[in-house]
Amino acid sequence: MLAFVLRRAVQAVLVMVVVALIAFTLFRFVGDPVNQMVGIETSAQERARLRQELGLNDPVVVQFARFIWAAAHFDFGVSYQFKQPVNDLIKQRFPATIELSLVSALFSLLLGIPMGVYTALHRDSWLSGFILTVSLVGISLPTFLTGILLIFLFSVTLGWLPSFGRGDVVAIGFWTTGLLTKSGLRAIILPAVTLGLFQMALIMRLVRSEMIEVLRTDYIKFARARGLPNRIVNFGHALKNTLVPVMTIAGLQLGSIIAFAIITETVFQWPGMGLLFLRAVQNADIPIMSAYLLLVAGIFVIINLVVDLLYVVVDPRIRIEARSA
Amino acid sequence: MSAQHDASHIKWSPRLTKFLDNDLVYSFRKSKITVVATLVALVIVLGAVLAPWIAPHNPFDLKTLNLLDSNMPPVWAKGGDARFLLGTDDQGRDVFSTILYGSRLSLAVGLMSVALAAALGITLGLLAGYSGGVIDTLIMRAADVQLTFPAILIALLIDGTVRALFGESHDENAAIWVLVLSIGLSFWVQYARTVRSMTFVEKNKDYVLAARLIGIRPWFILVRHILPNVIGPVLVIVTINLALAIILEATLSFLGVGLSPTQPSLGTMIRIGNNFLFSGEWWIAIFPGVTLAALVLSVNLVGDWLRDALNPKLR
Repeated sequence: MLAFVLRRAVQAVLVMVVVALIAFTLFRFVGDPVNQMVGIETSAQERARLRQELGLNDPVVVQFARFIWAAAHFDFGVSYQFKQPVNDLIKQRFPATIELSLVSALFSLLLGIPMGVYTALHRDSWLSGFILTVSLVGISLPTFLTGILLIFLFSVTLGWLPSFGRGDVVAIGFWTTGLLTKSGLRAIILPAVTLGLFQMALIMRLVRSEMIEVLRTDYIKFARARGLPNRIVNFGHALKNTLVPVMTIAGLQLGSIIAFAIITETVFQWPGMGLLFLRAVQNADIPIMSAYLLLVAGIFVIINLVVDLLYVVVDPRIRIEARSA
Repeated sequence: MSAQHDASHIKWSPRLTKFLDNDLVYSFRKSKITVVATLVALVIVLGAVLAPWIAPHNPFDLKTLNLLDSNMPPVWAKGGDARFLLGTDDQGRDVFSTILYGSRLSLAVGLMSVALAAALGITLGLLAGYSGGVIDTLIMRAADVQLTFPAILIALLIDGTVRALFGESHDENAAIWVLVLSIGLSFWVQYARTVRSMTFVEKNKDYVLAARLIGIRPWFILVRHILPNVIGPVLVIVTINLALAIILEATLSFLGVGLSPTQPSLGTMIRIGNNFLFSGEWWIAIFPGVTLAALVLSVNLVGDWLRDALNPKLR
């Protein structure tokens, strides 16, 4: 058990080191920090002095260590386009992205799991066929197109929901939330549905195929033979085992939700990290790009680790294997 | 069912009959939705390939554009013009013609980036699987790290890095190659993993040992003996990846880091149209959007069918 946890932790650290190396290479070699800081009329001596002061003449290994040390203290340098510390920019926008991602993850789970269970239990009903067809369309539509179609329907044609921004936000300490105001709640509906639709279809299809598989197993047949009511067999026995792989995928999908938020935030002009990152890519703003890369990698690695550990807790077979290993 | 029986009565050349009796062709003809999807995909592909000959206007020819024709609704709506079937965009370009040319670009970028991803992935996969040891570890760890991130993020990062390195290029064709590179490099992992695991199995089989015994060089064994045996599953990945690559290209263009408005792909058209959605000019974004959705959905359906048809477990 401990060995398993340690091995996973070492792997996670390894991934982070590689990503840090890439982020450092971008930061140090792709954009020239000095050229970005000074104007055209700065003399060559002035530049050389600045270069020396910034430590850009030190050995690369020393610079890399300094980069990691700074990153560990959330110091990612100054943005080329905004002339502000990257850390401040990200801090302002972090809550918006996390809120949007969590709401859409919740939406996809709360709708995806029941729909998956329904389509597995009633395989021949017309409603199942309908849900499956819609889910195929949901998987095929690019995220930005879903967003535009939703805006066209609910904002332009019907005028029910706002199409951009976060609405009014309330500050709680450093965290700003839009979930406590009416306009904030109205504003999050369309982006959250857009972002969650693909994951919902994915989770629904996964739950369906897993459930069908589980319903075929002997222990379910035995439970039915014992005369247990359908409700207990379906939800007590079958669903419980179905949810183990679903949990893994859902955890991993949370990571891609944060990445896909880049697209959704652009469509809805949602003031989050994704929009910040996209502006950085458009303007070759390397400090923001490398900071975002490190931050997202950190979130991904932590999610992966937590999912692995949860697996050990939920699935007794892994516990036994890990103990014998 | 009866259609197939009727078909067998008609006298066809023996070769064609044999082709039609093939398992794959049989399962294709049985799956109606796949046939429909293939037809839809074919119509779009034909429209894209034949665009210069069948498009009523040339959207790239600035001489033929007239700003007085801008933002016209489709023919059937009030104020529509018979010259412009699906209306015009903000620069007076015919939306129908631009869709034809746009699909051409979308498909070209999609195909080229899938080809790049497949070539890179297959090469690295063969290398990793056949040589093992340090090379294998290096390639597969790199694949693991990349797999931690969604493709869209990798593609955006590569795109941003290339921009920072070379600056804004004035050459419009450069944008196409940047896109192909970004998308291709973000998709190679799946090919490498599949090919590597299969090469691992194949390399210990007797025919490979025999080939090595008579002194055939390793690269020849890889390309001529092992590759043909591992290529099957790769074809399935190619179709599924093609849909993903088309989506990714459209997404990048929509986000403004893909093809420019003067040379619009479907994604760029939707980006342009998005600005006019609120003023009521819905046709600029919606028609390219529907085309894109139809294309991706039909490629996905064909890919699904191919995966099931080639899966020996389901036979």
